[in-house]
Parts: sequence; structure tokens; C-alpha cells
Amino acid sequence: MYVYDEYDQKIVDERVAQYRNQTERFLAGELTDAEFLPLRLQNGLYVQRLAPMLRIAVPYGLLNSTQLRKIAQITRDYDKGYAHISTRQNIQLNWPELAEVPDLLAELATVQMHAIQTSGNCIRNTTTDQFAGVAADELEDPRPYCEIIRQWSTLHPEFAFLPRKFKIAVCGSAEDRAAIHAHDIGLELVANDAGEVGFKVLVGGGLGRTPVIGQVICQWLEKKHLLTYLEAILRVYNQHGRRDNKYKARIKILVKAMGTDAFREAVEQEWVHLKEGPTTLTEEEISRACGFFVAPDYRELDAEEQNALLQSQCDAEPIFGNWVKRNTREHRVAGYRAVTISLKATGYAPGDITDAQLELMADLADQYAFGEIRSTHQQNLVLADVETAQLRSLWQQLQGAGLATANIGYLTDMICCPGGDYCSLANAKSLPVAEAIQARFDDLDYLYDLGPLELNISGCMNACGHHHIGHIGILGVDKKGQEFYQVCLGGSQSKEASIAKILGPSFKQEDMPDVIEKILDTFLGLRQEQETFLDTYRRVGIEPFKERVYAPAD
Amino acid sequence: MPRLIKDGAIIEDNWLEPDAESNAPASTQLLTLEQWLQLRDKSGRGVQLEPGEAPAPLLDHLQHIPLVVVNFPLFMDGRGFSYGRELREHGFRGELRAAGHFIRDQMTYLRRCGFNAFQPADESQLEAFAASLNDFSESYQAAPDQPLPLFRRRH
Repeated sequence: MYVYDEYDQKIVDERVAQYRNQTERFLAGELTDAEFLPLRLQNGLYVQRLAPMLRIAVPYGLLNSTQLRKIAQITRDYDKGYAHISTRQNIQLNWPELAEVPDLLAELATVQMHAIQTSGNCIRNTTTDQFAGVAADELEDPRPYCEIIRQWSTLHPEFAFLPRKFKIAVCGSAEDRAAIHAHDIGLELVANDAGEVGFKVLVGGGLGRTPVIGQVICQWLEKKHLLTYLEAILRVYNQHGRRDNKYKARIKILVKAMGTDAFREAVEQEWVHLKEGPTTLTEEEISRACGFFVAPDYRELDAEEQNALLQSQCDAEPIFGNWVKRNTREHRVAGYRAVTISLKATGYAPGDITDAQLELMADLADQYAFGEIRSTHQQNLVLADVETAQLRSLWQQLQGAGLATANIGYLTDMICCPGGDYCSLANAKSLPVAEAIQARFDDLDYLYDLGPLELNISGCMNACGHHHIGHIGILGVDKKGQEFYQVCLGGSQSKEASIAKILGPSFKQEDMPDVIEKILDTFLGLRQEQETFLDTYRRVGIEPFKERVYAPAD
Repeated sequence: MPRLIKDGAIIEDNWLEPDAESNAPASTQLLTLEQWLQLRDKSGRGVQLEPGEAPAPLLDHLQHIPLVVVNFPLFMDGRGFSYGRELREHGFRGELRAAGHFIRDQMTYLRRCGFNAFQPADESQLEAFAASLNDFSESYQAAPDQPLPLFRRRH
């Protein structure tokens, strides 16, 4: 992974000093609430219902064991002993003291971490595929480009006060695991006719109040032009994005208003002046960035031998075999597998992890996975490089810590924002809904029979829980002070991305498990052969679901 | 006489605020973009841009303009950062001044976008604003204050 040099360290250290000064001025009454607001937001600090919430950046979801141990210690010293993995692969703390945040940031800086631009109207953490570098379907590792974008976007002087937040995702594989169609800018590594790899550039995707699928504005961009082209897009957006209404301020609204072609034209006009300028990437810089993401020291293993051993272990212990089947996936190197650790055990808030679990994960990463851990936008953790022969002892240790829930990709592996229990933006609670659904559908065989199913829950229109792109989406809404839940169906974050359709009038919280059950029954009744929920939905449409869910009781 | 920060020092200023109503503004009076566009002899005249007034019309006249003021009525409106950078990228060498309700914590960004003069609404804060010019000694991006991005300077 990327390692800071003295320049990176200096920038982060100076940022901590600047924020310390800002906090002191605020506490001394020299900065107003309105003036302090964007400053604390650009350091990841929200003021929430119960306490401030601090969002720590995990660039493109990559962590080492030292960083994870530091996070564990910070959750004990500054918080209540647990952390939350967000849908942008970041780590959130729910209970820090505002006055202590500068000290907390200084501690993070000692392990090359920060909270810069994890909130505010600026360029946020760039996200990518959690299986980058190990996925068998990968054309090229997206992480070097994520790091190049991270550096370019960090404290960018021109783009710190944009009309609204700005999110970039990069994908380098056949399957899109980074939801690039739902981002302000989506970048996909693709080859042109000559076989040369560059970027397909999508713009104007996004969720929130007005969900939109991103549009392609450049089919193939030469790598060296990446930053100048991004700069041209951001400059058009900074000058022309709406600032009169925060709900119409995202770039998707501008692209819709201008039309994709006119927007592309405006970008090209800006780009004329920037293209081939000093921000043009050099070959040295691209290979420097790539040099941080080389393959670890894999052992040469006999795949057949390894697989035979694993098979016999799985046969001997079906519960282990089941976990291998559900939570591990193929690796491009023979004898290795990528392991997803589910943070979706029933009874725990999705994405939450305790200090002891964080420390265990750090130990396991050192023991089994070259000291590296990844966070996912589905709010789980990944050990990307585990020897097949080590899976069983890894699983045993995970089991002992409540981290071996075998539900990756199934209904109970749901994406869920912190909702009204914590977040001051939320209209409704999301965690009790998640818990009630997990409790109702805790029969694993039933879950596996349903097949891959993405259930995404957001507590408000801001859509942190990505409800628009869940196969089943749930949105908390406020009706005259009462919490209700709207259900939508048929969303997808894949390359065939789609926005979910609203099923109909919203429901009370206590009715949600029944509603989900009716939807699932409808699916099982209509399913042909091995169809997934999304396949069936796309074949039959929303009507049969609507009829069943809103049918008068017998 | 109003005071401001220019090239790192606190100085007194001779320019007068724009008067949109005036038909014949004095030569030391800043012009609104509309006044500036209508004026035949633009040479030596200073002009003030408001948010939404991109600098495109100025670009062919840059060598004759001694001062461009970019007004920030609201510090959250960041359009002026692009205006500053665009003016410098097109070769503007005169005084580029940020005026209005920007905040101290934006000083580094403004400087990096090519501003060399700063006139915050609250004149009593000039020393503190000047101190914040040096919040950062290193940065990643190419910008008017540093023509090369860090990746071209690392080694």
C-alpha cells in the first residue's frame, strides 16, 4: 500500500496544526458556528444528535495492521470502544469530544491517517473495488490511480468550496464493485482498440433526493490526462453548479440541465487550456504510484493439493465449508483466497466493530494476510490474500470473536446507515429496521435459497445507505413527526446499473419484516429455475410485488 | 483609507469601491463588470467581479488591467477561486484581490489560486489573516503560486 514520504507527512501534520488553531478559536468564541461548520466538516467532524461524529478517511478502503491497532486504541481513549465502517469505506466514531479532536487527529497522523475532506462541499474519499489487485476479473489495479487522485484532491485550492460534495469512484474489473454509475465521477479502466488501457469517464451519477445513473462523457481518456481532465470537469462544476438550493447543487443536476453533450463541450473547452500542462501525469509518477501496489510475497503453492485439502476440511466440517462457500472468493494466485469478514451479525448494528475485534483483525492480518485489511462499501472487512490451507484456523479465530457470520451477498448482509439513532440529518431510525429484518430471516438455508440479494437501508433522502441501488431498498421518511418506511425494488449497482422503483405507500416500522417477507414470497412464487431476485424482478416488473404487499388482509 | 494585505504586507489602499449607479466613475474607482464592458478606454481601470461573473470577457485585455477584485459576498461560494486561477493561467500579472466575506482559513487557498491582495470585510483581523497565509508550506497541486505539482518535484 501507499507509504507517506516527508512531503505527505508534512501536509497532514500542518493540517492537524491548522485544525487545532481553528478549534481553539471556535472554543474561544472567535469563530462563529457558521464559520466553524465548513472547517470542521472538511476535517470530518459532524455535530450529531448525541455527540459529534468523526469520519476518518480510509483512502480507497486500504488499511494496515498498525493503523487498525491505532484505531482500536483511539476508540478506547476518545470514544466508547467501537467504530463503524461507512458506505464510503471510511471509519466513523460516534462519541468523540469536540475539544479532543485535534489530539485524536494528531494520533492518526502518526500512522499516516487523517480525516481530511471526509465531509463538506469538497472532493471526498475516492473509493474502489475491495478486491483490487487480487480479483481474477481485473483488467488493471485501480488503486494507483485512486492514490494519484487522493493526492491531487487533497487540499485542492480551487475546489474546497464547491456547490456540494463530490465523490469519485474507480473500477478496474469486469464486474463493477465500486458502484461507479452512482458517483459524481465514475472512472473505469478500459482498453481502446489498440489495446492501450485508459479511462472511460462517467459523470453526473448520484443518489440522494434525485437518483441518477452517470453518463459517459469520454469513452477513452489517455492515462496521462487523468488529472487535467478531472480538473476541467471540476472547474465547470465549480463555476456553473447551482448554489441557490442544496438539493439541486450536485453535478448530476447541472449535467441534466445542460444536457450531456453540452456539458462535455464545456469540459472540452476548459480542458484545452489545461491539457498537456504541468498537471499532466508523467510516466515516472504513474510507475511510482504503481510501485506501491505490487503483489506481496506470495508462496508458490500447488493449487490441486491446496484445493484437495480444503475440500476434505469442508466435507469434515460443513459449517466451515459453508463459510468458505459464502465468505471467500477466488484469487488470481493459485492457493490463495480473498476472505470477507461479515460485520452483519444479527443483533449488532451493520458495520460496527469493537476495539477488541479491531485488534484481532490486525493480528489476523499480520498472521494470514501480509498485514493488510480492506474496508468495503458494503460495510464489511476483507483479508485479500489468505492461503487456502490457512482458512480453517483463520475461521476458528473469527468464530471465537463473533466474526464468522456466513452471509456475504445475502439478504442479511445489508447496507445500512447509522440513521436516526445517531445522525441528525435522518428522518427515521434505520438500525431497528435492519435488526428486525435480520431477526426474522435468521434461517441461513432460507437465505441461501433466496440467492444473492442486496438490501439497502437509508434513514433519509441523503441516501448514505444507497437504498436506490439495492435490489430491495428501504428509505426512512418522516410523516408529521412519525417514522415511516418507503420500499423500492429493482435497484442495482452493477454495470447494468438501475435505480429502484418505489413500491407504493410507506409502512410502519413494526410492519417492515412482514412487508419484506411478502416481497420474498412473491419472488419465490414467480422465480424460474435459478433466477436471482433481480432477474425475476426485471422479468416480471413491480406489479406482482405491489399486488401482494398491498392486498387486503384475508 | 481602507487597509488591506498586499504581497504579505498590510498597506493602505487608494481604490474606491464600485458604484454601479455612476455614469462617470472616477479613475480610481473600481468598475463593475458591466461598467468596464461599456467603457471604451479601459486602460488603467480596475474591475470587480461578482460570483457568476466569470473572467472570460477580461481575458483579451489582461495586460491593460492593473487590478481585478473578486468579491466574496458569502465565504461558502467558491466560484471566485476558479476566477482567480483562470486569470493567472491566462497571464494576468496585475493585482488580484479577494474582497468581502471570505474567512481567514481560506487564505492559503486564495493565495494558491493566484490572489496577492486580501481585503477582508473585518479590517481589525488583518494581522491574523496575514498569519494564515503560511498555514501550509507544501502542497500537491500545481497552481499559480507553484507551477509544478508535487509529483514533478519529489525527487
